Amino acid sequence: MIISVASGKGGTGKTLVATSLALSLKDRCRVQLLDCDVEEPNDHIFLRPVIAGSEAVCIPVPRVDETKCTHCGKCAEVCAYHAIVVFSKHVLIFPHLCHGCGACSYLCPEKAITEIGKEIGVVESGYADSIDFVQGKLSVGEAMPVPVIRKVKEQVDQEGISIIDVPPGTSCPVVESIKGGDFCLMVTEPTPFGLNDLILAIETVKTLGIPCGVVINRVGDGDGKVEEYCLRENLPILLTIPLDNEIARLYSRGVTLAEGMPEWKAKFTGLYDRIQEIVDERSRCLKR
Amino acid sequence: MKEVVVLSGKGGTGKTSVVACFAALAKHSVLADCDVDAADLHLLLQPVIREKYDFWSGQVALIDEDKCTQCGLCQETCRFKAIKDFRVVSVSCEGCGFCARICPAGAITMKENMAGQYFISDTNYGTLVHARLGIAQENSGKLVALVRQKARALAEKQAAEYIISDGPPGIGCPVISSLSGASLALLVTEPTLSGIHDLERVLEVCRHFDVPALVCINKYNINEDNTYRIENYCRCQGVDVIARIPFDKVVTEAMVHGLPVVKYCDGKVSRQINLLWQNVVERLTVRKGEHHADIRV
Repeated sequence: MIISVASGKGGTGKTLVATSLALSLKDRCRVQLLDCDVEEPNDHIFLRPVIAGSEAVCIPVPRVDETKCTHCGKCAEVCAYHAIVVFSKHVLIFPHLCHGCGACSYLCPEKAITEIGKEIGVVESGYADSIDFVQGKLSVGEAMPVPVIRKVKEQVDQEGISIIDVPPGTSCPVVESIKGGDFCLMVTEPTPFGLNDLILAIETVKTLGIPCGVVINRVGDGDGKVEEYCLRENLPILLTIPLDNEIARLYSRGVTLAEGMPEWKAKFTGLYDRIQEIVDERSRCLKR
Repeated sequence: MKEVVVLSGKGGTGKTSVVACFAALAKHSVLADCDVDAADLHLLLQPVIREKYDFWSGQVALIDEDKCTQCGLCQETCRFKAIKDFRVVSVSCEGCGFCARICPAGAITMKENMAGQYFISDTNYGTLVHARLGIAQENSGKLVALVRQKARALAEKQAAEYIISDGPPGIGCPVISSLSGASLALLVTEPTLSGIHDLERVLEVCRHFDVPALVCINKYNINEDNTYRIENYCRCQGVDVIARIPFDKVVTEAMVHGLPVVKYCDGKVSRQINLLWQNVVERLTVRKGEHHADIRV
């Protein structure tokens, strides 16, 4: 079972939910936590994992063998990202624009282009108690998080439960993180910003055809419009977390809800049971 | 004309609430919402849309089923796993066009992709340039660059003193696109370990792109020990912390009323944000005979 924890708006409590869910389930079955928020990964702050391995994430960028190159300009013509400029005696490559599609090297008539790896980040893996932990980290100054996310997701273990912490927003990194999952948990807050971004994020998940449910964090603040929206759209509200000084203080110190207030563990296992029910029900419907 | 961009690394630290107040406090400014992925500034500034444009960016592959011989070459070649069962999975397609070039049956064409919309709007506090990225589109930073370009052109036309931009969370393409070439970055953080961790990374990005940065600690009283930690860290880094804003429910109340906090009530939060804006203005004001680089912090 792959559960993605997403939000649209940043700072609504994705990390809080993802880490507490993982900790609450770890005694029941194999649990894996994958932090796909590679621009700002935070799960490690809460789980303090032992990092056992680290692997560089590279994207293939072209290198031109000037002795073979006839400066025909084919590579520049085929590059959709304008990452290659060909002069009469020289080829200029802009690696930060390259997406690594491979068209230039394949289509070069002189076979003058090879590909070399350019490091854009790392994927670290390890464990926190019995939780398998994986996180991606985009290098500072690099623009493209998607290849790092892809690499993190290669480590998804099909056995047991995999929890994916998704970056905020609604665009490509979010799609890459959620894609292929069984369920998407949307964490939001009951404010106009929370609602606006929830609606956008739900639209994104809908394009992927993945079932979703909502967690409302900091209930007691804001207004009741998020609940109204969920009712109207038939989105199940699976858990609510109140606006509470103690919860905020724990979070600020990097302590999860499952550890700082153990009574929450049962609520998170209950949350998982409801997700399981929804996913099972759906697969029964699909079979029919 | 000076351009201030408000960033944070971590989401939800209060960027948009601060920007909306700046909009209300600044005279002669143009406003830009660079968080095109999950834009919220319009909820506080209540814009009336004056101009609306489509944003076309990149291409997506399209397979003509009648011509396709199902040879599978495109599927093998695509590095983005964007072709499955001889169909294009458009959310995965990065528009490189490799498949269209190699298809032996000539069955693949590339079509232009409508990636979103952008708007020029009137608000009570000045012109706002904002955008909406299409659902599940790639946020390459191009739409952000376009928003900034429009804001700059408008600011020049109106002889505005400031451009105030609301930045996206994170450190990737849209952040780089919002930041490069700005006069100043204001980093809004919160006294949580996540907030500190993300502040460190976004500060590195500012250094990398050579934009001077200032820090503001929002909800500072949630954990005062962490507030001291941030102040210490910033001191070691030679970055000034220019404001502490307390946690107060009025921020959300103002949001529910669709107003910048400074227009909603006169409490401690509003006073601090007022001081914060004065501080920002002071940093942006280049004194006579002083080069811009001299005010770098």
